[in-house]
Amino acid sequence: MTDKDRFVPDEGLAPASTAVPAAAGPMEEFTKPPRSQWREVWDQFKTHRGALFGAFVFLFTIATVFLGPLVWRVDPQFLPQGRDFINLRDMRPIWMGLFDSGAKVSWAHPLGTDNLGRDTLARLMMGGRVSIAVGLTAMLLALLLGTLVGVMSGFIKKLDGPLMRLTDLFLALPLLPLILVASLLFREALSASFGPEGGIFILIVVLIGVTSWMPTARIVRGDVLAIKEREFVLAARSIGTTNTKLITRHILPNVMSPIMVSATLGIATAIITESALSFLGFGFPPDFPTWGRLLNDGVDRVASYPERSILPGVMISLTVLSVNYLGDGLRDALDPRIRGR
Amino acid sequence: MLTFTIRRLVLAVPTLLFISLVIFLLLELAPGDPMAQVPLTVPAEVKEQMRLALGLGEPMHIRFWKWIVQFFWIEPQVLIDHYLGTSFSQGDLRVISWQTRSPVMDIVVQRMPQTLWVVGTAYVVAIIIALPIGIYSAYRQYSWFDQMGTFVSMVGFSVPPFFSGVLVIVIFSVQLGWFPSIYDTTLKVTDWESFMKQLNQMIMPVMVLALQITAQLSRFMRASMLDNLNQDYVRTARAKGLSEYVVVMVHVLRNSMIPVITVIALGIPAIFGGAIITEQVFKVNGIGQLLITAIQANDLPMVQTLTFIFAVLIVLFNLIADVLYGILDPRIRYD
Repeated sequence: MTDKDRFVPDEGLAPASTAVPAAAGPMEEFTKPPRSQWREVWDQFKTHRGALFGAFVFLFTIATVFLGPLVWRVDPQFLPQGRDFINLRDMRPIWMGLFDSGAKVSWAHPLGTDNLGRDTLARLMMGGRVSIAVGLTAMLLALLLGTLVGVMSGFIKKLDGPLMRLTDLFLALPLLPLILVASLLFREALSASFGPEGGIFILIVVLIGVTSWMPTARIVRGDVLAIKEREFVLAARSIGTTNTKLITRHILPNVMSPIMVSATLGIATAIITESALSFLGFGFPPDFPTWGRLLNDGVDRVASYPERSILPGVMISLTVLSVNYLGDGLRDALDPRIRGR
Repeated sequence: MLTFTIRRLVLAVPTLLFISLVIFLLLELAPGDPMAQVPLTVPAEVKEQMRLALGLGEPMHIRFWKWIVQFFWIEPQVLIDHYLGTSFSQGDLRVISWQTRSPVMDIVVQRMPQTLWVVGTAYVVAIIIALPIGIYSAYRQYSWFDQMGTFVSMVGFSVPPFFSGVLVIVIFSVQLGWFPSIYDTTLKVTDWESFMKQLNQMIMPVMVLALQITAQLSRFMRASMLDNLNQDYVRTARAKGLSEYVVVMVHVLRNSMIPVITVIALGIPAIFGGAIITEQVFKVNGIGQLLITAIQANDLPMVQTLTFIFAVLIVLFNLIADVLYGILDPRIRYD
């Protein structure tokens, strides 16, 4: 009723419409202000509580990991020397003081230190920076490849057969073993030309990107095939739009939603793959922390210092979980069939 | 159906050949050197002879052809000899591992039981758990059980095995001391006591693997059930006066199982790849662990053979899934 009252003045016949509510019904639809597509998407996205929570946690993690070092100014690579080394090494997280009055805790290192005296909080932030950067870059590469292959094979009939066979072939490859093999075999050559960290970063991003574009390509191809036959494409073509313009202006914006959904899922798989590589010892060099590497380093002394494995593990799981929920919500929000309900 | 199967089998041959070429070239063009582990004091000419002894002197295409012949022609003969006691493969050179200088396939056969025990059990357990969860959460959509199931499967998707493995080790073997954290492969099951011991050490790896598979399968089962529950034939079955149990468990379930069975078939080869990490965490002496050690030791024939076996499994189970789909769903005809 309040909604109806609000629209009444616009119609210009205030007394009559309150007297005959039925007449206001159809008019209401015309007077509602037009809403953009993204506004509708956001309204649907808001109703998915898990997705909102996921988005919040993911943004919070990114902010902590990238902006945290501005607040927490401890060098993650700092190695204390001499007596400091003995005093500062093997500290427990601050909450251990609650259960065990003899535990070695200090507010200077709230999450404790490792066996070389390096601050765990600073190392977690640095590791997170690397893990999330790898995840985002690898996802972008996979999206780029997948969209390129998908649009090409959907748009150009001659390329459809060969490109789809190529996709099938990539899906039939045993991916994790091949990533492991390649990451070991190409390691030294890339380290020599781009430095140890930069080389491994490029290697891992390229490996993950090259092995995870196939689902995106298939989805995009299907959508492009359907959209290509629509009237607006015919109309655009009839006024002389070139193929490049047709793809970038008319087709790509319409396949944005599946691309965005596979982007979120891509971040999740990329972070997990990178951590798995680091965990197996095929990732970044030992003194260069990523979440998977930190987890692996903690495993040897997991009985005495379980937090060293559990903290990075929780961070990996939480980030991936939030990204998965985000993707779930995005899928619902971007699907116009669900959005109406 | 038969012609379709035969056509797919014939088509699988060039696919597999191409995959084996890709694997071979990847290993070949990589800048790694199998002589990298040899001490620097060994003179260059001795190194050259060692290289020749490993068969690295021949040009690339000849080595690829030799590997193909060894894998597809000699190894099956060895298998036949082993079962029938014949001597087809007498004097033929088999694929030899550079680490142990023994035939690769022999080592694979030794490692197979461990992997099959752990991974196979996990797969069966996961199917047994996932199907009822999927059915019930679809039947009571948006109930608290469904919400819980959604959350648990999201967690199952998101927690990687190298973390859940470490977590269960911390909880169950460090804190509670119930299960051993390392899988003992030398244990022989002879009586009840050793059987219980085997069961005890299998629980944790099976738990970790089963969580992941359950998460995927129960989601899939739920989606498939939901697709069918709103169909017209379900209303017809209810209108006929069939009991709710018969409607759900016979009419709906049978139709929903069609895509689920193909997904189960497709997942079998992926298990071998996924088990690499779990085997590493629990020190299970299986195929995945064999691959990791072979990669670290630069043992190219072993890596090549293992990755190719994985590829064969993927192609084979893709084929099986497609054929199963055609058999189970009479609406789908490939011819």
